[in-house]
Amino acid sequence: MCHAKARELAGKEMSVQEVIAQIEKDSIFYDESGGGVTFSGGEPLSQPEFLLELLKQCKKREYHTAVDTSGYGAAETTEAISSFTDLFLYDLKLLDDDRHIKYTGVSNKLILENLRLISRLGKKIYIRIPLIPGINDDEENIKAAAEVIRGIAGVEQVNVLPYHNIAADKYARLGKHCSLMDITVPSDEYMEHIAEKFFNYGIKVKIGG
Amino acid sequence: MNDRVRMLRQRSLDAVPAISLERAQIVTRAYNKYYGKVSIPVLRALVFKELMENKTICINEGELIVGERGPKPKATPTYPELCCHTVEDLDVIDKRQKIFFRVSEEAKDIQRNEIIPYWKGRSMRDLMFAQMTQEWHDCYESGIFTEFMEQRAPGHTVCDDKIYKKGFIGFKEDIENQLAALDFVNDMDAYNKQEELRAMSICADAIISFGLRHAEKALELALKESNPERREELKRIADVCYNVPANAPGSFHEALQMYWFVHLCVITELNTWDAYCPGRLDQHLYPFYKKGIEDGTLTPEKAEELLQCFWIKFNNQPAPPKVGITLQESGTYTDFANINSGGLKADGSDGVNDVTYMVLDVIDEMRLLQPSSNIQLSKKNPDRFLKRACRIISKGWGQPSVFNADSVVEELVRQGKRIEDARNGGTSGCVETGAFGKEAYILTGYFNLVKVLEITLNNGIDPRTGKKIGLETGDPRGFESYDELMDAYKKQLHHFIEIKIRGNNVIEKLYADLMPAPFLSILTDDCIKNGKDYNAGGARYNTNYIQGVGIGTLTDSFSAIKKHVFDDKSFTMSELLDALKNNFEGRETMRQLIMNNTPKYGNDEDYADEIMKELFDAYYSEVNGRKTVKGGNYRINMLPTTCHVYFGSVTGATPDGRRSGQPQSEGISPVQGADMYGPTAVIKSAGKMDHIRTGGTLLNLKFTPDLLKDDEGIDKLSQLVRSYFKLDGHHIQFNVVSADTLRKAQQNPEQYKDLIVRVAGYSDYFCDLTEALQEEIITRTEHKSL
Repeated sequence: MCHAKARELAGKEMSVQEVIAQIEKDSIFYDESGGGVTFSGGEPLSQPEFLLELLKQCKKREYHTAVDTSGYGAAETTEAISSFTDLFLYDLKLLDDDRHIKYTGVSNKLILENLRLISRLGKKIYIRIPLIPGINDDEENIKAAAEVIRGIAGVEQVNVLPYHNIAADKYARLGKHCSLMDITVPSDEYMEHIAEKFFNYGIKVKIGG
Repeated sequence: MNDRVRMLRQRSLDAVPAISLERAQIVTRAYNKYYGKVSIPVLRALVFKELMENKTICINEGELIVGERGPKPKATPTYPELCCHTVEDLDVIDKRQKIFFRVSEEAKDIQRNEIIPYWKGRSMRDLMFAQMTQEWHDCYESGIFTEFMEQRAPGHTVCDDKIYKKGFIGFKEDIENQLAALDFVNDMDAYNKQEELRAMSICADAIISFGLRHAEKALELALKESNPERREELKRIADVCYNVPANAPGSFHEALQMYWFVHLCVITELNTWDAYCPGRLDQHLYPFYKKGIEDGTLTPEKAEELLQCFWIKFNNQPAPPKVGITLQESGTYTDFANINSGGLKADGSDGVNDVTYMVLDVIDEMRLLQPSSNIQLSKKNPDRFLKRACRIISKGWGQPSVFNADSVVEELVRQGKRIEDARNGGTSGCVETGAFGKEAYILTGYFNLVKVLEITLNNGIDPRTGKKIGLETGDPRGFESYDELMDAYKKQLHHFIEIKIRGNNVIEKLYADLMPAPFLSILTDDCIKNGKDYNAGGARYNTNYIQGVGIGTLTDSFSAIKKHVFDDKSFTMSELLDALKNNFEGRETMRQLIMNNTPKYGNDEDYADEIMKELFDAYYSEVNGRKTVKGGNYRINMLPTTCHVYFGSVTGATPDGRRSGQPQSEGISPVQGADMYGPTAVIKSAGKMDHIRTGGTLLNLKFTPDLLKDDEGIDKLSQLVRSYFKLDGHHIQFNVVSADTLRKAQQNPEQYKDLIVRVAGYSDYFCDLTEALQEEIITRTEHKSL
């Protein structure tokens, strides 16, 4: 045991009740800000039963619920959680499947199918595009993304998220190498420029968020 | 701001605080002339009259609102009848690095040859110290409590709307009517009433002649003035001063000048704590503003300029010099004149009007140390009012602070005030709740809650001096339960509060008998009606406060003992007491265990917060409801000014891991660095205190400027305030921190664990960031901070 908290245990196992108790502590602030609960990760879909139970408990208590996901999960899971989710924060990284496989290790087919699924179920969606210079900021990817997005009902806005290397420290602490470590963080002007492209496709866009 | 205001503001900033003995000389001469020949209230009124008729009249170049307390800006009088400084005191005041006042050799000679010979042994300070018991002196020297009235007079009060509706000719008529109606046959108190009313009548005449002297001075200057524009202005100033304070003001300009004369008179009559306050200035000025705009005699620009000129007058009056403990408990030039905006009207409706927003603009633009400003936020006030205030707060110079108008009303009503008096009330000083124009609410001293625990842990002995000043509640090494400790603490608390109250009762009586304030009494309902002085219980409501300090440190200390000694048995009471005695020397492991594994107040954790509630209740039950000499009641509030630093300096190491001499927690804020879960958790913890049963609490939160840089940040700040107020929180203020603070945080991370910064689209604890990222943020902050 280290009294100085110099060593840290990252993460903690919690029951549904414990998580709900934590959420309820902050109720008064959601009431005032119109906020609610956002389940993010990691990938929340990787713990489907736990996520579903938490969402059910939240809806019983009339909380606004959001799920921040990469969309890479079974269609049944996605459909099940949709019933208790008010808003999806949905990642769209690369539209070209080969490039998607190259950088994420998986195909984007399931992701796009799930996106259409939640759209059909009438859910509110914010598309989130983490913009990584040299990897997905090219004209072709932006155009493809814009075209897909325009065809999906329920998408209320797109958030283009500037790449950051804040995780570098975490990787280092874990003794791991991060392959994207050397990429420079895009400037404000560059982000404006990318946002304008989406805007020109008639899409409501926001930098960050 | 225009050129005039810019010039006036700069001159105010450049003026050097200095001691003026003009007042001391006039007062001493007046006492020589009248003492023993007239009753005490009449004596005090004649002293006031001599001051108003003889003090230097000062009208500064370019100004529109006129009048200074001293012969020139920041020339600050002394009040030898309250506290007669020694020549050595004057040396200290002159030479100290901070909060100095320049003292000339001539002034020192006057003090030595004229002032000291008369007042030595006669000042209130000398008289009251002579009356205090040995045990009171022991506690005072130990730092158990401070005594507000040892250098300044009871004040802590605020003006209502009466001076905007009636001039002093009118007040004098009211006084004369009461005099004429005195029943000397059946009312055994008639003589006392007569003397008090005569004193008030003399004071009403005195302020009228003070106004006329300004009118004459303005005309005299007009005759000499070569600039035709300024000549007209001076003539207008003369017209204003011919009308007010004798008559009720008829214009926006006259309303401001009326208040200013009244303000100067209150703070010249006596050195009242917290000066005097305009209170609900936006409410009072609105009818004059509306009328002026409608009849074309006023423009918004002109109104704003006049308000700005009014602001500068406050900044020209630093708090009169303090020495010793009084300086330590309130180490600032600020005299706490505090302006309220917003809130409710008497009928309970939304009080925000056009002048409210103008006042906020002036606060934003003037950025002066004085006056202090706050908003009174009711659930009925519009969000844009709060938002405008948050935008000013985000600029990072600490004003305005934010009060919960609905809680303030509830606090006042709980204390037994009429609902309309409560709604017309607000807060003054730091955070103190009051019924404006109708209440004497006197702060009597800070109370060192943490020191009481220290003495409990030492079985009645103050370890700093070795003196036994408390009760023998038993050696805590023998305590078998946490409850036993709590019981012992409550017994000690009772003991020390009784010593404080005993002293207060004597001091209150001394003020009632020897130091009435007949001018202030005219302004405070129902002193005229009752024929009774403000300092003797003439006000409609009379409340005394003892201000509790260190609830955060106290809670964490109890929590540490409960958890480590009684629950977990990580160490024994004996080991803890040894560690405290040695300031944790050689016990760093124990200290780290305490610091990092104790549930602490400020984290929305019931373990600690329940302890806070019990300690709050103990303090509340001990003080609340006790009778005062003036016929009112004692209440508590929880604020420190700068006293948590002084109290920390006299308190040894505490069980929460705090080292000897370090500051205690401030207001009801958590211990510095103890809150680990952000502002929402702090608000939840602080919200568990029952604010409604206090007369004011103070909560401070820190943010970096970046967090509040855009509309989203401003909205979030507004939502945070509204959330806290839903929990009945009384007051919140924001410290938007500078790069300098971030540097300090880098060097002493332990003290800044709670500091949150904006990183990249998200927020994090500053001390958790890598050094490189910290550097980056510091650089950013340096560019963006004010």
